[in-house]
This record gives sequence, C-alpha cells and structure tokens, in this order.
Amino acid sequence: MATEAHGAGEGGLAFHPMDQFLVKPLFGDGEVGMFTLTNATFWMALTILAIFALLVMGTSGRATIPSRMQSVAELAYEFVRKMVVDVAGKEALVFFPYIMTLFMFIVFANFLGLLPMAFTTTSHIAVTAVLAVMVFLTVTILGFVKNGAAFLSLFWVSSAPLALRPILAVIELISYFVRPVSHSIRLAGNMMAGHAVIKVFAGFSQVAMIAPLSILAVSAMYGLEVLVSFIQAYVFTILTCVYLKDALHPHH
Amino acid sequence: MASETQGAEAATGLPQLDITTFSNQIFWLLVSLVVIYFILSRVALPRIAAVLAERQGTITNDLAAAEDLKAKAVEAEEAYNKALADARAEAQKIIAETRAEIKADLDKANEKADAEIAERTAEGEKKLAEIRESAMESVREVAKGTAAEIVSAMGGKADGRTVNAAINARMKG
Repeated sequence: MATEAHGAGEGGLAFHPMDQFLVKPLFGDGEVGMFTLTNATFWMALTILAIFALLVMGTSGRATIPSRMQSVAELAYEFVRKMVVDVAGKEALVFFPYIMTLFMFIVFANFLGLLPMAFTTTSHIAVTAVLAVMVFLTVTILGFVKNGAAFLSLFWVSSAPLALRPILAVIELISYFVRPVSHSIRLAGNMMAGHAVIKVFAGFSQVAMIAPLSILAVSAMYGLEVLVSFIQAYVFTILTCVYLKDALHPHH
Repeated sequence: MASETQGAEAATGLPQLDITTFSNQIFWLLVSLVVIYFILSRVALPRIAAVLAERQGTITNDLAAAEDLKAKAVEAEEAYNKALADARAEAQKIIAETRAEIKADLDKANEKADAEIAERTAEGEKKLAEIRESAMESVREVAKGTAAEIVSAMGGKADGRTVNAAINARMKG
C-alpha cells in the first residue's frame, strides 16, 4: 500500500525498520483496546515465563552445590542485591524485590527482543515511562515520608557558596524532574535504535552486491545489541538505586 | 479507507508515539510487573536467600570440621612418632637382651666343651698310662723269659729271683 509505494520510490528497496515496533492484536485485525491481547502482551508473558523458569524452576533443586541454572539465578540475585547494598545501603533492602523485579523484567524483555521476529516491549516509551515514573514516585514519596521537609535539602547544596545556592537549587530541581524522562528515554531509545539499525542493515541485504557486507554489519550490530541489552538493564537498575539513595539520605 | 490511512501513519511515524496503544501496553505492563513481583517476593527470592544461607552455613561447618580434622591429624602424627620412638627403644632393648642371652649361652657351651675336653684328655691320658703300663709288663715278662733262656743257653742256671731283680733294675733305669 502506502509503504510499498514509499519503498518503490527508493529504487526498489523496501525498508520497514519501524514495522517491528507496531503493537498489533494477536487475534484478528481490530482496534487495540486496553485489554486486547496484543504482541506486547505475548512478549511480556514470555518475559514472565522466562523469569519464572530461571528463578523458580532453576532453583527448584535448592542444591547446596548448584546446577547451572541455579548458579545463574543466584548470580542474578547476588548481582542485584550487591548493587542495592553498595549503592543505596542496607536499609534499601526493603526495596530489593521491587528493584529485582525491574531488573529481571528489563533484562529479559531486552534479551527476548533480540530473538528474530520478536517484539521488544522495552523499546516502547509507554513501557519505559511507566517504569521510570514508578521509580520517580516511589523515590519522591519515600523521600518525604522518611525525611519530611528535610528531603528538600536535596536541592539545597550546602557545600556551595551562599550566593550560588538558589541558582543551584533551580538546576537541581529541574534535573530532579528530568530524571524520569532521561531514565525512560535512555532505555527505550537504546533498544529502538539498535533494533531499527539492524533492520536497516537487513534491508540492504536485498541487494546482492552489498549483501555480504550487510550480513556482517547485522552480525556486528547484533553482538553490540546483546551488550546494550544487558548494560541498559544494569544502568536502569543502578540509577534506581542511586535515586533511592537520595531518598534515604538526601544530604550530600 | 480509514484503516489504510492508519496503516500508512503507523508505517511512516514512530509506532512508539501511537497514543492509541498506550493504555494497552501500560495495562499489560502493570499486570506483568505485579505477577513478577509476586513470583519474586513470594517464591524466588526467599528460596534463593535460603539456599545461599544454607550454603554459607555448610561452608562454615565444613571449615570447622576441617579445623578439627587437622588437629586430629597433628595429634595422630604425634602419637605415631611417639609409638615409633617407643618401638625403636623396645627393639634396642630386645636386641641387647638377646645379645646378652646368646653370650651367656655361648659362654656356658664353651665352658661345657672345655670341661668335656679336659675330661676326655684326662681319660685319654689314663688310657695311655694303662697301655704303657701293660706294655711295660709285657716287656718285663718277655725280658724275664728271654733273660732266663739266654742264661740257660749260656750254661748257667737261671735263678728266677736274681733275673727278676736285674731286669727290674734295668727297666727302672
């Protein structure tokens, strides 16, 4: 239809790098309503299944000498736990299940999104924005509940000269409210860009002359994306811990 | 017609910015997060924590047991060394005793042999003396006879007593 005409205009090459991000109903062709089962639903369900398989079925042996799956599950557990303790301190351990949920969801959604033909839920700003806003709300509410008005000292840099403090306070305030934006766009943008670039390279393989080069590029990008998938999950989680630390200890 | 324009829109614009799908994604995301949260906080995390704690306990216990065993090994080595030294001393003692015993036996045997030799020698000497005695006697007999014969052959009259005395005197000399 319109896209084909669009593609034909570029010398017979058809690029659809963004089609992979379309949210479509799983059954039928109707509108996407709030409770419609869509490909997003399907891949989120797969994410849950993967997490269940690793953390519950993988550890069902409860072995003192762990199996491979159990080792990976323990590794993930200790990785996130250590991150929470190191960054936000021991009292942040109350939020460990919450942070672990975020990390496991993002890391598995990212990796499942790397499967060919997959839909990457974390490439959607709607998803990452919800995750980021949840973190933002948690941190802000926790900060006020724990410290009361003293939480506002987060914006009052007491180590700076007195004259500079109001200006710094404005900057700090803006940066505080920009947090959920950067937090969510960083993740969605990384995932979307990587997948789109892979698709563009894949589109070039329609031309026999550049096909080997494009396949090589796709392979290289794929490797990079594997790295990015983990790093972005890590970055999202560690930033959550940093924000949590601010809420627990607002004084610089 | 409506669906065609929508498809074109989706293909040219970013699907991420299609607001009509937001409620759907957000709803399912929240459902997923709640499910994952319950799986983790109810099952997975307590289980892994228990396994890790148990492993830590096992390691601590094993280390303590290893410490114990090491002490026992040192003890056993000491006991072994002591037993070795004892055995060596015992062996030395037995060797000395045996040597003394053998020496005593040997001395006794030597003494006995000496005594026997002396006895045999005495016996032999006695027999020799007897033989000599009897030989002397025979010689005397023969000499008497011969002397009497010679005297009678020379025409004399053999006086037995005289001949005897002469021969006895000769034999003594």
